[in-house]
Amino acid sequence: MALENESVAADQGDPNDKDPNRRDFIHIAAGAAAVGAGVMAAWPLVNQMNPAADTLALSTIEFDTSKVLEGMQVVIKWQGKPVFVRNRTAAELQRVRAEGAVGSPAEPDSARTKAGHEAILVVIGSCTHLGCVPTFNAGDFGGWFCPCHGSHYDASGRIRKGPAPLNLVVPDYEFTAGSTVRIG
Amino acid sequence: MDRPMNLFKTVAAVLIAAVAITATPAMAAGGGAKHPRSGGFSFEGPFGRFDQGQLQRGYKVYREVCASCHGMNLLSFRTLGERGGPFWDPHAENAAANRYVRALAAEVQVADIDTETGEAIMRPATPADRFPNPYPNATAGAAANGGAFPPDLSVMAKARHDGANYIYSLLTGYVPAPAGLQINPGQYYNPYMAGDMTPFWTGDPSHVPPGGFIAMPPPLADGQVTYDDGTAQTVDQYSKDVAAFIAWASEPHQVQRKQAGVGVMIFLLLFLGLTYASYRRIWKGVAH
Amino acid sequence: MSDHESTYVPKTGIERWLDSRLPIVRFGADYMSLPTPRNLNYWWTFGAILMVCLITQIVTGVVLAMHYTPNVAMAFDSVERIMRDVPGGWLIRYVHANGASMFFIAVYIHMLRGLYYGSYKAPREIIWILGCLIFFLMIATAFLGYVLPWGQMSFWGAEVITNLIGAIPMVGEPILIWLRGGPAIDNATLNRFFSLHYLLPFVILGVVVLHLWALHTAGQNNPVGVLIPKERTAKDTLPFHPYYTVKDGVAIILFMMMFAFFVFFMPNALGHADNYIPANPLQTPAHIVPEWYMLPFYAILRAIPDKFGGVVAMFAAIGILFVLPWLDTSKVRSMRYRPTMKIFFVIFVLVGMGLGWCGAQLPDAPVVPGMASFVLLDGELNSYLWLTRLFTAYYFAFFLFIMPIVGLRETPLPVPASVSEPVLSGGATPAAAVAQAEKKG
Repeated sequence: MALENESVAADQGDPNDKDPNRRDFIHIAAGAAAVGAGVMAAWPLVNQMNPAADTLALSTIEFDTSKVLEGMQVVIKWQGKPVFVRNRTAAELQRVRAEGAVGSPAEPDSARTKAGHEAILVVIGSCTHLGCVPTFNAGDFGGWFCPCHGSHYDASGRIRKGPAPLNLVVPDYEFTAGSTVRIG
Repeated sequence: MDRPMNLFKTVAAVLIAAVAITATPAMAAGGGAKHPRSGGFSFEGPFGRFDQGQLQRGYKVYREVCASCHGMNLLSFRTLGERGGPFWDPHAENAAANRYVRALAAEVQVADIDTETGEAIMRPATPADRFPNPYPNATAGAAANGGAFPPDLSVMAKARHDGANYIYSLLTGYVPAPAGLQINPGQYYNPYMAGDMTPFWTGDPSHVPPGGFIAMPPPLADGQVTYDDGTAQTVDQYSKDVAAFIAWASEPHQVQRKQAGVGVMIFLLLFLGLTYASYRRIWKGVAH
Repeated sequence: MSDHESTYVPKTGIERWLDSRLPIVRFGADYMSLPTPRNLNYWWTFGAILMVCLITQIVTGVVLAMHYTPNVAMAFDSVERIMRDVPGGWLIRYVHANGASMFFIAVYIHMLRGLYYGSYKAPREIIWILGCLIFFLMIATAFLGYVLPWGQMSFWGAEVITNLIGAIPMVGEPILIWLRGGPAIDNATLNRFFSLHYLLPFVILGVVVLHLWALHTAGQNNPVGVLIPKERTAKDTLPFHPYYTVKDGVAIILFMMMFAFFVFFMPNALGHADNYIPANPLQTPAHIVPEWYMLPFYAILRAIPDKFGGVVAMFAAIGILFVLPWLDTSKVRSMRYRPTMKIFFVIFVLVGMGLGWCGAQLPDAPVVPGMASFVLLDGELNSYLWLTRLFTAYYFAFFLFIMPIVGLRETPLPVPASVSEPVLSGGATPAAAVAQAEKKG
């Protein structure tokens, strides 16, 4: 390498030069590529925390609702959470229908069940306040009562009293054959 | 020593030495076994892809022949319908909704516990289920097979050197034991099997036959499995297909891996070019 | 470079507020402007490459621990679940597994660079010793990590290596049982190995900080090997950034290309196929070998006919590196000016590779098949056993005899008076060289 003194070096694009106009395009491009490489390297590290394929594969379950006696509920596990399948009595049905659209958001009972299977209610059994499991057939409205912070749900799973902000969630489900439902 | 070329040469030399050192024991471990024949597989090399038809035929051979003794415990039926898998359907992104996968799973019975009675039951498999094991445990598998447990095939192509070619060679490699080789009942001679025949050889000591004994009788026969797509129904073709299927099952993401690799290498090459240009610019005229 | 004065000037009020409370920005700025010898070649980039390797291993390792299960019944399957079901898990696992090999490639080059250019000599003994400690911790960490997938090689590697402890007279057996948590390698062993494998990389990181602290106190060595006096700092050094950030950057990208090639196109080439067979305590694989980076030390272990002697020799092979600064009697640092020593160094590198080669062979196998041989003491002369012994003898002789004796007897070439001198005049005057050599003693 031929030696030149420092001042010559400075003239030929001193990289310490803070003036962006004088800054060489090539350094910006290399820097941008480095940032790109960092982002590309970071993505798999973030993405790996998403649900794995075997976890996602368990996202669908089937259940025969004829196993639920009238006036009772069966709790099944779906995606690690409890799902209430409740077969409501005529009296309970009458009561929730008579109340019209209530809860938050205000909904009639018919919006929360499937046509032809009105007695069967399928809701995710986790309180919309902070996730506790509400107690069956308790509270002021004949539905569920959450023991953690005192939320009252009616027999349609709608929030009627207490701190919970929303009705119990009705999951995506459909009746596949007769009384069998597929959730998810 | 300042030039990247020299550095590159050195790194390359170290790399080659490292590979050579590691590759050696693998070959030594084969003992006197014959080097596997090439199955001419489509998935070899950095740009290789699986032939989906071959994977489907391979699954059929596994299910109808191998599965009676060999488990594939790490595989789920849903995996068959994942991207790049034998029954991947572009219209069913979710493998659990793939109709082929659902139908194939339902053909197989898996053990479960009845959620109401708590009793052990058998039910048709769903896509989320794993392939059932043919034996309740390894001891039962060994007892039913003269003391040799048929190994699980989930990662077999990774667990043997030159996996796919080895499986293909082994399945097609059965030959009658050469005269002078003492062979016990329940054993078969295979020149591709690992082993050392010296203690069993009564012939010329300088010509010990290659290979070893295997407890598995030749599993395939011409015409044994029906192919619907007109492919030849021969032992050679069955072996190739099932070897390809096991190679896929051992690493279902391998094609995705190689495709990602091509992209990464192109990016790194561009990144290197830019950084090297920046380096030349910064060091221009600086004595060192 | 400890006397490098801070040139950081806080510009805004917030910067001044922070600087008077926690001068972390000043620390970073001073690090970036650190005067660095201007003549560092590409062999000096492996320090930065190693930093990248360590961070890569820690980050991917923490992520893998989110999915791995340290239980003998589930470990193997949980690793395969990472490969199959975890989003992008195959990439992370292959980076971690191949990363270990990359780490060792880089560390061996880094150590040989230090050996060649005399980077262990005064005033840099502590840097070298800390580096040896890092190397030792790396071996321990790599061994512990290799056990975790619970394949055949994992299990039998753990069995064989822990048995080394059992070779210690009297206390060996109780220590062995304590280490394993039982009479054999089992779940207790796997669990504690996982815990320690998670811990040690952070210990390494801590020692790396000390290694760098010592480096910046004593100042970096350079290919010429002469110290840079304070009055020559301006002429002989360049600020670390941007000169060496960009040079390290080029080297890191080249290294990454090799790394990526292994990860994406031959991810299992550096491993052993047997480790994809689940651990079976009742059956040993036909031919067990450690990972390639352990092979030289494994060869030394096998070269000694006595069990305890083999263990001592293996640990001595690493231990001797710690006292290297006091075994070298030469007044000249860089082997560039030590033509005799340079030859011994090249032989040493070849012997090291030869030991690695021998470690992968069966000890009784002939080196040259078919060549006439005879039995010498306990083995055929034409066998890897005797070749390994020859190499082992050279390995120790290099440190114990060649280094001290050659250092005293050789006549070094003239050493330039300063870093810039070879550049300035294309050579050095012998007078200056002698003066310089005297000064360094």
